[in-house]
Amino acid sequence: MALYQAILELADDNLVLGHRVSEWCGHAPLLEEDLAMPNMALDMIGTARTLYERAAELEGKGQSEDDMAYLRGEREYRNCLLVERRNEDFAQTMLRQLYFAAFMKPYWEAAAESSDEVIRGVAGKAVKEMAYHIRHAGEWVIRLGDGTEESARRMRDAVEALSIYVDELFVSSDAAVEAEAAGVLPKRSDMREAFDAVIAHVFDEAQLDVPTVEYPHTGGREGLHGEDLGHMLAEMQSLYRAHPGASW
Amino acid sequence: MVTTTPLWEVFIRPRNGLSHKHVGSIHAADEVMAVQAARDVYTRRGEGTSIWVVRSADIVASDPDQAAENFEPTADKIYRHPTFYEIPEEVGHM
Repeated sequence: MALYQAILELADDNLVLGHRVSEWCGHAPLLEEDLAMPNMALDMIGTARTLYERAAELEGKGQSEDDMAYLRGEREYRNCLLVERRNEDFAQTMLRQLYFAAFMKPYWEAAAESSDEVIRGVAGKAVKEMAYHIRHAGEWVIRLGDGTEESARRMRDAVEALSIYVDELFVSSDAAVEAEAAGVLPKRSDMREAFDAVIAHVFDEAQLDVPTVEYPHTGGREGLHGEDLGHMLAEMQSLYRAHPGASW
Repeated sequence: MVTTTPLWEVFIRPRNGLSHKHVGSIHAADEVMAVQAARDVYTRRGEGTSIWVVRSADIVASDPDQAAENFEPTADKIYRHPTFYEIPEEVGHM
């Protein structure tokens, strides 16, 4: 079930980051951002829903999107490590979003040529959403990086904290390699040039240095996560697990 | 932060052929962020095809104390209203 697994990875990235970003709802520093964050979260959760549905269809065991989101444990989640990192502060949240969107925009652009109709459909919508996320997160990274002494320090700390998770975005799991060979998904390593161009441009304006990462962290695709993901899933899944099959 | 962040007035054009309409205001540090904030706050349900933002401080308003001299003289001039002829349907929005 390589195809199932590969689409699941993609869905998990979007759900986990979507949930993380949604955690700002009601806590953002400005009312304007309090609306912008859930907007972005819902873009990603919407993408995840369609992908879960497609994965379940390929698996053919009658799982619903809710089963997949709420009944899998931490080790069964196949998201990359970047998306599960805690929000911490606004600098880290915005940099995490910029990294993710700078990767996903060219990814979805390439996925418009997928042999799978559902993937093509998702790609058409998601490419516009990711373009906006790059703009929104990018403008914040620029303003914080080139802002006050404190905001610049926090932005540099964010780069330090998150850059070790960037390389994993470009690594295809065995399942993804199969899906890529079948023409269903684009090759992850092909996104490097477009990604680097966006980051170089934003970092330049933000007065940030693009770091060299000696030891990138990986493992998410094998289900080896940081401890933060377990806490996040516990909160996200508790209601559904207490009331299995609940709907609204 | 909020106290030093400028206020902006937001205008949205719902469709081509209609004019921009004032929908509310937002806080943002500069014009780029203001357009983004306006997009996120006021176009979440497909309300718009175009956004304008203007610094609230740049808007010059009429003086409420002059309301009588500004507006009341028009009250008895009904012949200025285009209510005495029918607008052909093809004209659309006027």
